[in-house]
Amino acid sequence: MNKIESNKGWLFVLPVFIVVAFSAVIPLMTVVNYSVQDVFDANTRFFTGTEWYRTMLNDPQLQGALIRQFIFSFTILAIEVPLGIMVALMMPKKGWQASLSLVLVSLPLLIPLNVVGTIWQIFTRTDIGLMGWGVRELGYAYNISRNSGDAWATIILMDVWHWTPLIALLCYSGLRAIPEAYYQAARIDRASRWAVFRYIQLPKLTNVLVIGVLIRFMDSFMIYAEPFVLTGGGPGSSTTFLSQALTAMAIGQFDLGPAAAFSIIYFLIILAVSFVFYTTIMHMQKDKTTQKTGDS
Amino acid sequence: MNWMVWTLPTAGFFSAIAVILAGMTVWQYFSPSIERKGFLPISTTRGDRLFIGLLTSAFFHLGMIGFTEFHVLVATALSVVWVVVLMRWG
Repeated sequence: MNKIESNKGWLFVLPVFIVVAFSAVIPLMTVVNYSVQDVFDANTRFFTGTEWYRTMLNDPQLQGALIRQFIFSFTILAIEVPLGIMVALMMPKKGWQASLSLVLVSLPLLIPLNVVGTIWQIFTRTDIGLMGWGVRELGYAYNISRNSGDAWATIILMDVWHWTPLIALLCYSGLRAIPEAYYQAARIDRASRWAVFRYIQLPKLTNVLVIGVLIRFMDSFMIYAEPFVLTGGGPGSSTTFLSQALTAMAIGQFDLGPAAAFSIIYFLIILAVSFVFYTTIMHMQKDKTTQKTGDS
Repeated sequence: MNWMVWTLPTAGFFSAIAVILAGMTVWQYFSPSIERKGFLPISTTRGDRLFIGLLTSAFFHLGMIGFTEFHVLVATALSVVWVVVLMRWG
């Protein structure tokens, strides 16, 4: 293939580059600067080197929050991705039913995060909330402010309710982009429903799923408002996730140095996990295409 | 620039990153990178290997700072060796 490389394209990227420099790179540099110092005010600051990092890495509270964060993010991904694909497969393909189901499915996405927390807070109250009252009437002593298992289950349920539609919408658009010819070929081959899903729909969904998984992972890893409103991180600290632990430190206690060091660690974890996800999925796809060309 | 509370080590760090990026650009211009497979499980370009090297070095630093008593420059020295190995044979 004769591909002409022109570096003029870089000029067109320049505006974005400048915006990103101001919105991301410079703030990030400042955070790095803060993380190696003890800053009191504009003129009083002391160099502390790697001390904050050492403190943060050995802080049992943050280690706990980190472990809970990973459990939470992987749990919701394991539920939301298959569920979202299932919903997308079942949604009507055309006509007014399609429009109606699209609107209904995307409704939860339109609700602001803290409102979602409030809705679920009321929903799970045992005196006036439908779910809390219902579960209690069924004979289970449901209480999210006492029982950490209940709190966890509720937060996961809330996140699934709020964000499965995103995966469903992405998959729905991916499914609509598959040309009818593939299905016709499958019918001629008398392919089963499962085979159609496994060999036509799922491979064609890979790209949207990569985006979906990445967005959901990063978003859930930074979750703040919803558990903050619903459980306040409790009971105890059983549902305190990373961003809440970080906010408590940076704003509550105004420990900017440790908070900055912790932000950097947080950022590196998100970067690493996203990179691993992205490369794995992209290379799985690449291996498949090379296999195919190798076979033919 | 005072609000960014610069220190000498962090300024040095970011300058080094900037120099590396600029150097990679020049290198890429004069001798474009070819994707290849080394000891890493995936085939990578030069830039991929640099990114992987820097990211793993960052975690290596965190591990050294958090859980051992070595000076941070020990971690830096080992990281440089690791990045060079990765760039050459990765």
